[in-house]
Amino acid sequence: MLNPELKLNTKVFNDDVEQIPIRKGFGEGLAKAGETNKNIVALSADLTESTQMHFFRDKFPERFVEIGVAEQNLATVASGMAAMGKYPFFSSYAMFSPGRNWEQIRTTLAYNDRAAVIVGSHAGISVGPDGGTHQAIEDIALMRVMPHMSVLSPCDAIQARKMTLALSENPRLAYLRLAREKTPIITTDETPFELGKGQILYRPDGIGHVVVFATGGLVAHALRAAKDLEKKGVRVIVVNIHTIKPLDTDLVIKLATETKAVVTVEEHQIAGGLGGAIAETLAQSVPTPIEFVGVKDLFGQSGTPNELIEYYGMGRDAIETAIMKVIGRK
Amino acid sequence: MAIKKDYSIRELELKANDIRESIISMLLEAGSGHTAGPLGMADVFTALYFELLRHDPQNPEWEERDRLILSNGHICPVLYATMAHAGYFSVDELKTLRKFGSRLQGHPHREFLPYLENSSGPLGSGLSQAVGMAIADRMDLGVASPRSFYCLLGDGELNEGNNWEAIMLAGKEKLSTLTAIVDRNNIQIDGYTEDVMPLDSLAEKWEAFNWHVQEIDGNNISAVIDAVNKAKAVFERPSVIIAHTIPGRGVREFERKFEWHGKTPNKEEANSALDQLRTLGGKIKSESK
Repeated sequence: MLNPELKLNTKVFNDDVEQIPIRKGFGEGLAKAGETNKNIVALSADLTESTQMHFFRDKFPERFVEIGVAEQNLATVASGMAAMGKYPFFSSYAMFSPGRNWEQIRTTLAYNDRAAVIVGSHAGISVGPDGGTHQAIEDIALMRVMPHMSVLSPCDAIQARKMTLALSENPRLAYLRLAREKTPIITTDETPFELGKGQILYRPDGIGHVVVFATGGLVAHALRAAKDLEKKGVRVIVVNIHTIKPLDTDLVIKLATETKAVVTVEEHQIAGGLGGAIAETLAQSVPTPIEFVGVKDLFGQSGTPNELIEYYGMGRDAIETAIMKVIGRK
Repeated sequence: MAIKKDYSIRELELKANDIRESIISMLLEAGSGHTAGPLGMADVFTALYFELLRHDPQNPEWEERDRLILSNGHICPVLYATMAHAGYFSVDELKTLRKFGSRLQGHPHREFLPYLENSSGPLGSGLSQAVGMAIADRMDLGVASPRSFYCLLGDGELNEGNNWEAIMLAGKEKLSTLTAIVDRNNIQIDGYTEDVMPLDSLAEKWEAFNWHVQEIDGNNISAVIDAVNKAKAVFERPSVIIAHTIPGRGVREFERKFEWHGKTPNKEEANSALDQLRTLGGKIKSESK
């Protein structure tokens, strides 16, 4: 059942569940955060509305900088602004930032020890028709290996808003991963949120047979898989890992110890992403069988988001298959 | 607050010479690093740290200080040597350059040496940081901000596209508190700049992006001072000073040779270099060893 303490959206399993793009929650959150944190400035690389930064721009035009299509400049200008005490949020598509400007982020932000938020919108394969060039499925890996960097991936628009406000109150260098498409609303305004803490969204009665660590828009698919399998007597715990780095290792180890079987779910290459982070953690403490749901060393292509999620093996069926497979490996 | 500035041009030239001696000594001790660029830029650094910058070595965190952003981090021996001579830390510490545990990293790292405005090494990203600083400063203090933002760049570094993104943005934003100084020494690792990747006409390129452009002899300290003061008087536009320098300046064997971009002198070469510097090229007999 859904974790009652988290006051989640009870309609999450309904076919008519409300769906909102995750990026929109960020846009609204940033405009709100700007009211209280006067140091926040926003920079955009010619994708202001796409990345939902127009809410902030329209409210605080004097604190907004249009950089043009120049992602290397986007990151480095942000670094300069951070040096003068500003807290920059800078956005583009994840493929271009942090995809194109990785070294600038490393040298001028991380190595320089600056606080700023890299907002990578349109992450994952669900970007859809734009095709493989625009589908960032390596970005978590790129950011996760970088010292000083936090990596954040909200599960829905409401969480993206809360995450943005939490970042506003706790300035740091962070990568905020957002998705383009509408995704089901899982949380509610009342759901608590804390950076760095995984959330047990779903837990059947009794000892879990398997734990699924999921992130981003696929969390909803993981929930549906868990509910499906519960009917067949399989007890699946679903955890939303919205903070991939620093990882909530205590929770990961505790649940892997309980279930002795793990599945990771992410719209990302299975190398270097959430699955990698979980595997690195467990290999050093409680080695546990893991199945990885994600893109298997391939590039994406054009299609509808659902077609692509299914084709690349990240939908509900694929998650259920992975769950049964890992239980069989116990 | 700021450092006293009552040096004559002659005194500044002697300071630049002291800084060059320190550069040679520290590079000899380090055994690796860059020689030509630091020697060529010693006059510009001297003019900045001993005459032009609003700064206070005793209070490096002074909020109102001017910001100096070194983009081509590999010429850091001249930055470190100038900072030591200006009083940020002891001249003795220069011997630790590139050694394990040293604050003087092979390329500048501000987590090791907090007096630095930025870490650098990978080329092409300094100017856009300076642009970001100037934009942030204008948000806070408006166009009448007392702070100036100086970015020092190499010419070979202008091969990097990130610079031109910054040049475009600074022109668009009309950042009058920003002054870029390009070390136009015509060399880079693989050879002469005009062979590797031609930059000329460099002045026209910057002008096309709405910058105020001056070309000067970058080894003439009074020319540097005049150009920077003129740049500060330009409103509505950012300024660039294309400082023509002689790479390896002050040591006959190193001057104008791209081979000295990225190598250091051995003991014999260093002794010869120090001798030339101490005697001002043979003019002072009593200083010769």
